[in-house]
Amino acid sequence: MKILLVDDSRTIRNIQKNVLKQLGYNEIVEAEDGLQALKVFAEQKPDLLLVDWNMPNMDGITLIRKIRENDKSVAIMMCTTEAEKSRVLEAIKAGVNNYIVKPFTVESLGEKINQTLAKAAPAKA
Amino acid sequence: MDVRYINAFVKSVGNALGTMCRLPVTFGKPELKSGDEPSGDVSGIIGFSGDAAGSVILHFSFDVAAKIASQFAGVEMTETHPDFADAIGELANMIAGGAKSQFEGLRIDISLPSVVIGPKHNVSRSKDAPRIVVPCRTDAGTFHAEIGMLIGKRSEPANKKVTVGAAT
Repeated sequence: MKILLVDDSRTIRNIQKNVLKQLGYNEIVEAEDGLQALKVFAEQKPDLLLVDWNMPNMDGITLIRKIRENDKSVAIMMCTTEAEKSRVLEAIKAGVNNYIVKPFTVESLGEKINQTLAKAAPAKA
Repeated sequence: MDVRYINAFVKSVGNALGTMCRLPVTFGKPELKSGDEPSGDVSGIIGFSGDAAGSVILHFSFDVAAKIASQFAGVEMTETHPDFADAIGELANMIAGGAKSQFEGLRIDISLPSVVIGPKHNVSRSKDAPRIVVPCRTDAGTFHAEIGMLIGKRSEPANKKVTVGAAT
């Protein structure tokens, strides 16, 4: 199970990495914006992406739309401060499998990651 | 400025610090800020655009910023740590994002965070918007949230990257 973390904050990526390691996921790759994430995605072929919304160079929603043009099955979870209903709906329309709003507890992040993988599993089968 | 907007920021500060840093926050009396007096050693800044124009600025002393950033990141850090500005900026981002989600009916975009580091620096900003300063007391020490917003004034986004550097 390979996981790609996309967030311009290294602090957030480190927090996410710690949670993932506690859950037993150790194969983790990172990108600090959407543009870099597209390259890492093509090279590393991750099974799950955790994507921030507001980032320089390319934002998360644009990244998700680009990935969904060619890949309908990879699991994608948005992890962002954007909490308005309209934003959540926009993300669902773009193709996310799950959504978590910052700030988050370690427990809620772990739970959402497990949910996302479970939701995406039938699509990959 | 409508008190509901101040309350949205207060609630968001409490939520972000409580959730990410395990630091309960109590709030002092909000005050109207008039001058450009120096406001701290570390400032985390987020701008607003869209149906509101303005910014929220978190003002910290070095000591309080270091304690809060350490709690947030889960590693000991001071202002010389390579991730210090990132941690302060992300905290400001969470607070601004949490507040704007409570502004019903308004479409507001937030900028990427900017962080200014330097002893007793001043952050100049528009005089158009009233600026309210709220003392935020935690076990790590007191910092101040400064909110300056004009609701209903359309403005264009001005995203900025996190900036690290000593203010002059």
